[in-house]
Amino acid sequence: MWQQIRSNQIRSTFLVFGMGIILALVGYFLGLYFFDNGIGGLIIALLIWAIMSLIGYFQGDSILLATSRARKIEPDDHPRLYNVVEEMKIASGLEQMPAVYIIDDPAMNAFATGRDPKKASVAVTSGLLQKLNRDELQGVVGHEMAHVRNRDVLLMAMAAVLLGAIVVLAWYASRFFIFGGLGRTRRSSSSGGGGIAQVVILVVAILLMILAPIFAQLIYFALSRRREYLADASSALYTRYPEGLASALEKIAASTEPLKSANKATAPMYIINPFRKQGMSAEDLTSTHPPISERIRILRAMAGVSYEDYSRAYQQVRHTNKVFIPAGAAAITGSTAIRHAQTETAEKLDEVERTRDTSNALWNVNKYRTITCACGTRLRLPPTYKQSEIKCPHCGRINPV
Amino acid sequence: MTIALWVIVGIVVILIIVFVSIYNGLVRLRNLVKNAWAQIDVQLKRRHDLIPNLVEMVKGYMKYERETLEAITKARTVAQQANAASPAERGKAEGELSSALNRLLAVVERYPDLKASQNFMSLQEELASTENKISFSRQFYNDSVMQYNNKTQMFPSNVVASMSGFKQGEFFEVTVPEEKEVPKVQLT
Repeated sequence: MWQQIRSNQIRSTFLVFGMGIILALVGYFLGLYFFDNGIGGLIIALLIWAIMSLIGYFQGDSILLATSRARKIEPDDHPRLYNVVEEMKIASGLEQMPAVYIIDDPAMNAFATGRDPKKASVAVTSGLLQKLNRDELQGVVGHEMAHVRNRDVLLMAMAAVLLGAIVVLAWYASRFFIFGGLGRTRRSSSSGGGGIAQVVILVVAILLMILAPIFAQLIYFALSRRREYLADASSALYTRYPEGLASALEKIAASTEPLKSANKATAPMYIINPFRKQGMSAEDLTSTHPPISERIRILRAMAGVSYEDYSRAYQQVRHTNKVFIPAGAAAITGSTAIRHAQTETAEKLDEVERTRDTSNALWNVNKYRTITCACGTRLRLPPTYKQSEIKCPHCGRINPV
Repeated sequence: MTIALWVIVGIVVILIIVFVSIYNGLVRLRNLVKNAWAQIDVQLKRRHDLIPNLVEMVKGYMKYERETLEAITKARTVAQQANAASPAERGKAEGELSSALNRLLAVVERYPDLKASQNFMSLQEELASTENKISFSRQFYNDSVMQYNNKTQMFPSNVVASMSGFKQGEFFEVTVPEEKEVPKVQLT
């Protein structure tokens, strides 16, 4: 399994390296233009990038979890979710149990974060918990676990930081260019000579300022799409049941609820693009995720659950001969037959019960106390409630707190 | 003369490096298999711990199912005793336990009160999840064994493996005896 992870890492490293070169070019030419010193600009660009990377590396996961308003849960808060995460942790062979988070949002989405597999977090929205059955939830969590296992999370975070550095640099440079243009002309005329060289540098600087963010973004998107396919393949392998993820994606695609707490920078972290347009079918260059319909078709075309099967299904659906995953990786897997759908009790849980479970979990994580009155009414007490007893609004009994 | 000597020294050094790296790779895989086995062990123990709770809980509701309850308690004891046995024997004992458990859960369908109780539902979630965890840890274990066995059989790592006494890993299968039978239709 890890051969394929490694070869993907090499390819991804090249893409990140490409972004690094863009950053260096932007820094160099802007430096050359603004203070006649390319190296100085290069150093400034690298400094900005280093600082942002350090913040991203050490604080990235907490920033992401905080901005998406995710709440950490304990096993008792939502046993089903916690169990499914643990099941997928075991199936993926991850050493440490990731922290589990719930986002209180009716939109259906999920993401994973954490700089290394030992310190990972998985977050799902409450909408997802309500709509998906156990097999589907397993597929989604398996996909997220694959991101953790394949070390996509760190790579994507670092690529996002690099992209951010390029955008920040280009943005500030354009401000300087507009507002500081006058001072610049005076200085260049006093230094004299080198007219053509100056013009060339000016043109290159302007071009870079406009094009660099776009190029960097395209690389970022390519990187992200590749990772999504791989995570789908891994999820099918972990769960031994590609249909689970396929039908989950179908349900997610059908829901129109937008995720309130997502933004452009965090979009690639989610299982599907939170900003997708309804009915988008063609893969275009500016998408962080492959089209959902295509991902579903690939999953449904799989004859077994190995990477080889995914690769074949990928070729069949996309009509290419591109080998998606090195063939050597597939030989390692033992049994690759697709298992049957689960028929346990969990499967019989209907949406009403799932909704109740989810809202219980949300009450719990918000530190509300629950008292069940003799008439069957559940009373939720906020953590600020200090009295020693409460009257049931339904039957009028006095309950001790 | 000296050049030939250096060439020989170089070849020996390269051979040693190759040997060490293959050896370390084998050790890494063997540890992976060992850890995966420990993971299965944890989940099987968890199931053994859950069964007394289950029996205790359903006892109050079930008056006429003594045999089923006794069968599951017995199967649990046998499975617990097979603790240190080989994967094959253990898989057989655990398979018996699985089928006894399935029988009990099928019987539960006849007791709607029990089925609807909150305690039973949360216990059932635990049981279902433990079953899943057992099968996922088994899956990961078997994948790891496959990887390890391939390494011990394929050239050149098989040379290192046989020289340093790396034995083949054993697969783990839980064989549920009744799995192949056609389910009977019951009209109640």
